[in-house]
Amino acid sequence: MSTEVAEAPIELKEPAEALLSKRRKRIVADPLNEDNPITVQVLGICSALAVTVQIKPTIIMSLAVVFVIVFSNLIVSLIRKWIPGRIRIIVQLAIIATLVTLVSEVLKAYSYDMYKILGAYVGLIITNCIVMGRLEAFAMANKPYDSVLDGLGSGFGYAWIILAVAFFRELFGSGSILNVKIYEPISNMLGVTLQTNGLMVDSIGAFMILGIIIWIQRTKNGYVEH
Amino acid sequence: MQRSNTYIILFSIGLTIVLGGALSLTSVSLKPLQDIQVELDTKKKILGAVMDISNIEDPAEILKVYSERVKSVVVDYEGNELTADLKGNPYVAEKVNIQKNSKLDPKERVYPVFMFIEDGEVDAYIFPTFGAGLWDWISSYVAFGKDLNTIKGIAFDHKAETPGLGARITEPGVQGRFAGKKVFDENNNLVSVKMVKGEGKTGLSDYEVDGLSGATMTTKGVNVMLMKYLECYSAYIEKVKSQNS
Repeated sequence: MSTEVAEAPIELKEPAEALLSKRRKRIVADPLNEDNPITVQVLGICSALAVTVQIKPTIIMSLAVVFVIVFSNLIVSLIRKWIPGRIRIIVQLAIIATLVTLVSEVLKAYSYDMYKILGAYVGLIITNCIVMGRLEAFAMANKPYDSVLDGLGSGFGYAWIILAVAFFRELFGSGSILNVKIYEPISNMLGVTLQTNGLMVDSIGAFMILGIIIWIQRTKNGYVEH
Repeated sequence: MQRSNTYIILFSIGLTIVLGGALSLTSVSLKPLQDIQVELDTKKKILGAVMDISNIEDPAEILKVYSERVKSVVVDYEGNELTADLKGNPYVAEKVNIQKNSKLDPKERVYPVFMFIEDGEVDAYIFPTFGAGLWDWISSYVAFGKDLNTIKGIAFDHKAETPGLGARITEPGVQGRFAGKKVFDENNNLVSVKMVKGEGKTGLSDYEVDGLSGATMTTKGVNVMLMKYLECYSAYIEKVKSQNS
């Protein structure tokens, strides 16, 4: 899967490859579905559980992760020829940690409410396996532009899954979507009280929804574990 | 390709300088903005205990309302007003770090008191409190009416209570349950208010508040926090009461 890309560094000689050639489109599209970091590679589960209770913080978290993946991919790809092989992991980690701290500081300065909700979890992007996985598997062996595309693909592949999880968790767990109450008006209309599901607020709820998404996706794609 | 040790060391040093520089640069340049955010957050919480500020979007407007309506003092455990700390620096109630203070012995702490002014008179006394929830700290700003007994409003904050369960203490609906409750009994003894176990209870006394289903540990934390801090403020409360009467 992900390692295959690394073993075949692209050494294309013709310089006039289209900005969005078929190969490049695949770099972006694969992680969105067939090679999704969460549902297929099963990486980054920790944050998929932690931040998905409500949609709004999840959106901020997604943007933060996309930013960190894209820019760490870009930076590592730019300096990949100078990174000494023996200390490459720590170099990657230092770059990720710097970017994550930047995101955290900016959040604190411009969106303090979100910083209070996400505080600890933004810091945990450092340990998000997806980011480091992409650096090691892709950015170390590919050109900057391709690496940015790969970052976008993986970032949004991660984002849409956690947003889907957050959507169902907020709907069933809190009876609202983006803090807009959904259950209350329905309850008033039908005259019966719709109960919210406490399980969905717990991490267990995220596991269940994630499991269902993986099930549907694998059935559709015909993917099997080897 | 195997690089020499010298190269690796030089590369590491270079990387450290570049990344460290970038970090300190952002930290220094964003610090003023962050301080404003923290200050705004504190003032929002103080105002939130006595009035509905959810429809004021503009931060400048909140700061304006705050400076017009809120006066503050810092008192000690005996209820005496403090003007300057040991080094001679004047106390600013908004700058007192409640979290740091809570680690000290109650008698050594300093206690900020905020007064909400209506038509030139003190309409509400707001006391910050700090304690432990289920997972991490919880805090509140509790506002009392002129009688210093009836709760006018309360604004909770928390770090990591479970969303949808303990974290509900920040919901207006839950905070509203405290309004009108009392903390001193007929004999003027401090009894504080208690969130009861379970939710949807009726026939609660003036000293009981409907609890949070599934968040008993958080409500226990709330009860302990309020009791402990109201004890610390009781000397000051007594003083103001005798002055007013």
